[in-house]
Amino acid sequence: MMILSGDGPRSKALSALLIVIVLVLALAPFLFPGAKPANVAANICISVLLVASYDLLLGYAGIVSFAHVMFFGIGAYGVAIALYGLGASWGALALGVLAAIPVSVVLALAIGLFSLRVQTIFFAMMTLAVAYAFNVLASQLSWLTGGEDGRSFQVPEILRPGFKLFEGDVFGVAISGRVLSYYLVFVVCALLFLVLLRIVNSPFGRVLQAIRENPFRAEALGYRIVFHRTLATCLSAAGATAAGALSALWLHYTGPDTALSFSIQIDVLVIVVIGGMGSMYGAIAGAAVFVLAQNYLQALMGKLSSAAADAGLPLLPGLFHPDRWLLWLGLMFILAVYFVPTGIVGRLRGRG
Amino acid sequence: MTPSLETKDLTIRFGGHVAVDAVSCAFRPGELTAIVGPNGAGKTTYFNLMSGQLRATSGNVFLNGADITGQSAPQRARAGIGRAFQLTNLFPNLSVLENVRLAVQARAGVHYEMTRPWMLRRDLIERANGVLDEVALAPKRDQAAASLSHGDQRKLEVALMMALEPDIFMFDEPTAGMSVDEVPVVLDLIARLKADTTKTILLVEHKMDVVRSLADRIIVLHNGQLVADGEPGAVIALPIVQEAYLGAAPRARTS
Ligand SMILES: Nc1ncnc2c1ncn2[C@@H]1O[C@H](COP(=O)(O)OP(=O)(O)O)[C@@H](O)[C@H]1O
Ligand SMILES: [Mg+2]
Repeated sequence: MMILSGDGPRSKALSALLIVIVLVLALAPFLFPGAKPANVAANICISVLLVASYDLLLGYAGIVSFAHVMFFGIGAYGVAIALYGLGASWGALALGVLAAIPVSVVLALAIGLFSLRVQTIFFAMMTLAVAYAFNVLASQLSWLTGGEDGRSFQVPEILRPGFKLFEGDVFGVAISGRVLSYYLVFVVCALLFLVLLRIVNSPFGRVLQAIRENPFRAEALGYRIVFHRTLATCLSAAGATAAGALSALWLHYTGPDTALSFSIQIDVLVIVVIGGMGSMYGAIAGAAVFVLAQNYLQALMGKLSSAAADAGLPLLPGLFHPDRWLLWLGLMFILAVYFVPTGIVGRLRGRG
Repeated sequence: MTPSLETKDLTIRFGGHVAVDAVSCAFRPGELTAIVGPNGAGKTTYFNLMSGQLRATSGNVFLNGADITGQSAPQRARAGIGRAFQLTNLFPNLSVLENVRLAVQARAGVHYEMTRPWMLRRDLIERANGVLDEVALAPKRDQAAASLSHGDQRKLEVALMMALEPDIFMFDEPTAGMSVDEVPVVLDLIARLKADTTKTILLVEHKMDVVRSLADRIIVLHNGQLVADGEPGAVIALPIVQEAYLGAAPRARTS
């Protein structure tokens, strides 16, 4: 229990779901060889970290931020710029990460101290403005960031697809640089998830919840809520930065679409709501459901559509046309918010 | 004895309305001062100025002789000013135990500890359970604060201040709206506190029998001004008090 910081899933159904997700992710390269499943699995891992670090802010501290994707972008660009500029070495990678995290933390500190004194709505506006300015900056400084084209770069040798750890297979799968990359992503995400779980279940995390519940009373007890909120913002930013760095490392590419797009921010919000706000486990459940839907709903609908066409049914083939998959995803989201406002975690724990 | 808490010409204006008007008053350890006055007299506002929820327009607040007028509410709480609010002010979706545990944690100065699970701080949990015993809320420790009855919420409100172990206790109508059988728990608690002569107790209370039995001293606020200050017997006999409390029956709750 202590590795879970004393905060277990507290429901058999939720435990079972989480165990399945984690096991499948842990064995993904062996269960589902191939490029697409590997991408989906890595994407789930990175989303879990990105969403969990966002939930620290939104679900636990009750702070709405629109700059989470910016911190993700700082991590991704940090790695890209370092590996592109300095060559594909571990030293360059480390430098990229070690530069990106302080940049994010200092930026989060500045936004927090400057705007969390006032109202959290002002903070939300500030994050929106800063994230927008950062987007513009990233595309303007094209000598550094590659502008709209972004940067493709080489990663250290053992993470490259052509690399083989040894001759021969393990359970029929060659241990390539791609498999090693996946496990790097998986292990770092898992560790940082446990760190976040520890933070929200620490005395500090408990104060965050108190501030979310009643900031006025938290102050009357002697908690300086601006500092707590700012610290939460910094921790959340650091988590997002790490997720961005892993994403860049996995993609061998960083550009505005993969690292700074506002649609990433929207996805994070959607996953938090689907999974269940205010529970770290919601990030795992939500990310798995969302990323799977995002990747396989289109294919599933294609099958449904042609099956319906084969059966000669009216209307349905058009309704399930693969191009309408976003519509269905949106519809599912609306239904989820309406019927299960407490998310997957809330539902499986028997609350709502 | 030197005052623990003192105000000098303390004033606050809301627009043109002077809610607290040049109030100078000193409170001493070992003394329970009741603050009475009709609804809207400025009692709660006077409390808010002393515990830092509001900033004074002019005048000063002193704690053990030091000027704390510029300090924030959290600073004053950590300096030993405890506050229980008239309008119940809890962490509604957290458990009763967690509400109190958070106050205990604040008292212990554990603000930013994030490397250990909170459950490992058994000392904080045990102390919180002790406080819940004192206000007879122990059986309800796992309920959400919002699900408590009004009377139990009032008790929890008081429990949060008790858990802070302040030097100055400020009770703002602690028994308002409580049923008759719930009132003694709170009054006994205040009476026990009184036995500790290092504590300064301020009590806003409408029930005159309660005031008479507990208070060492009564001050009267009227339209934001301090209009009387003295021994309970003498103050209660004053026409202005008779008028406020016996002439017109006080309303049960004030803003
Ligand atoms: N935040 C505020 N803004 C404007 N007026 C206020 C505010 N707080 C209190 N008042 C006014 O100050 C006066 C004193 O209120 P209060 O201190 O609550 O009285 P009491 O506690 O003695 O019943 C009232 O007229 C009230 O309307
Ligand atoms: Mg009042």
